[in-house]
Amino acid sequence: MKLSLVSIVMTVFAAGSAGLAAQPVQPGAPPQGFVPVQSLPQVEQLPAAPLLIAAYALVWVALILYVWSLWRRMKRVERDLADLQHRVRQS
Amino acid sequence: MSRLFLPLTLVAAVLFAAAPIVVARAPFEETMGLVQKVFYYHVPSAMLMFVSALICGIASATYLFRRSAAADRLAAAAGELVALFGLIVMMTGPLWARKAWGAWWVWDARLTSSLLLWMIFLAYLLVRRYGGPGSEKLAAGMAIFGMANVPFVYVSVNYWRTLHPKTSVVMTLGPGMRGAFWFCVAAFLTFYALLLTVRKRLEDQRARIEHLYLSLDEQEPAGLPRH
Repeated sequence: MKLSLVSIVMTVFAAGSAGLAAQPVQPGAPPQGFVPVQSLPQVEQLPAAPLLIAAYALVWVALILYVWSLWRRMKRVERDLADLQHRVRQS
Repeated sequence: MSRLFLPLTLVAAVLFAAAPIVVARAPFEETMGLVQKVFYYHVPSAMLMFVSALICGIASATYLFRRSAAADRLAAAAGELVALFGLIVMMTGPLWARKAWGAWWVWDARLTSSLLLWMIFLAYLLVRRYGGPGSEKLAAGMAIFGMANVPFVYVSVNYWRTLHPKTSVVMTLGPGMRGAFWFCVAAFLTFYALLLTVRKRLEDQRARIEHLYLSLDEQEPAGLPRH
């Protein structure tokens, strides 16, 4: 029973949509709904500048963070070394 | 540290400060337009990733076959720089690809093999850091394997069908682009030499600390408490 109801609804929708698709478009009539175009206008295309700026900024950030991490590690090691040399001299 | 360190730092600073101006003055590429300028940082970073992988691999082989501790320290320094410059390549490439190809990433030969190379050296660093005693030898083996991958990554664009530009693109650059590109290569190379020198010095100092602890342990059987 349920299956036959579904098949009737589907048949009605299919017939309706086929009829709508077959309707001829009036030439010169104003467009209604979605209007297809072949190419995007210039303002709608993916802009390159943010991608380029992001790429350069990421390079700089990565290099600066690495230099900072290297500087911190060097400071810690130099401090440990000085401390240890002092203890060696005392012992 | 070497006497060249300070002059090299000044040269690197000047080159890096001037690089954005040089890149801005370089001509645009006909089909890709503005986004092609990612090339001036992306390719030198990729070159340094390869150079660093080769240094790491050769130094690791020297460590394995000649038992040179200094070579192992150089390998550790170079391995970390593979990770750094690989990260830059992996970040800048997708930003270029998004505009040029319409996709952040494609699983083609060049991109996939570059990712694998980078991951091998990340694994190298993880093994060195968390592998426990004796992990230096295992890591050295991984570095040699990683180094062997470099030629395959480099020629992959010439042998497999890929969206990525071929290796010939560098040698066929126009006059305006060629100057800007080699300027950026010089800037990156100078900076790389500095980073490698400092990173190697860090490893040397760590080795000195280990040596001092060992000598203290020998002097006092109970040993000194370590911080």
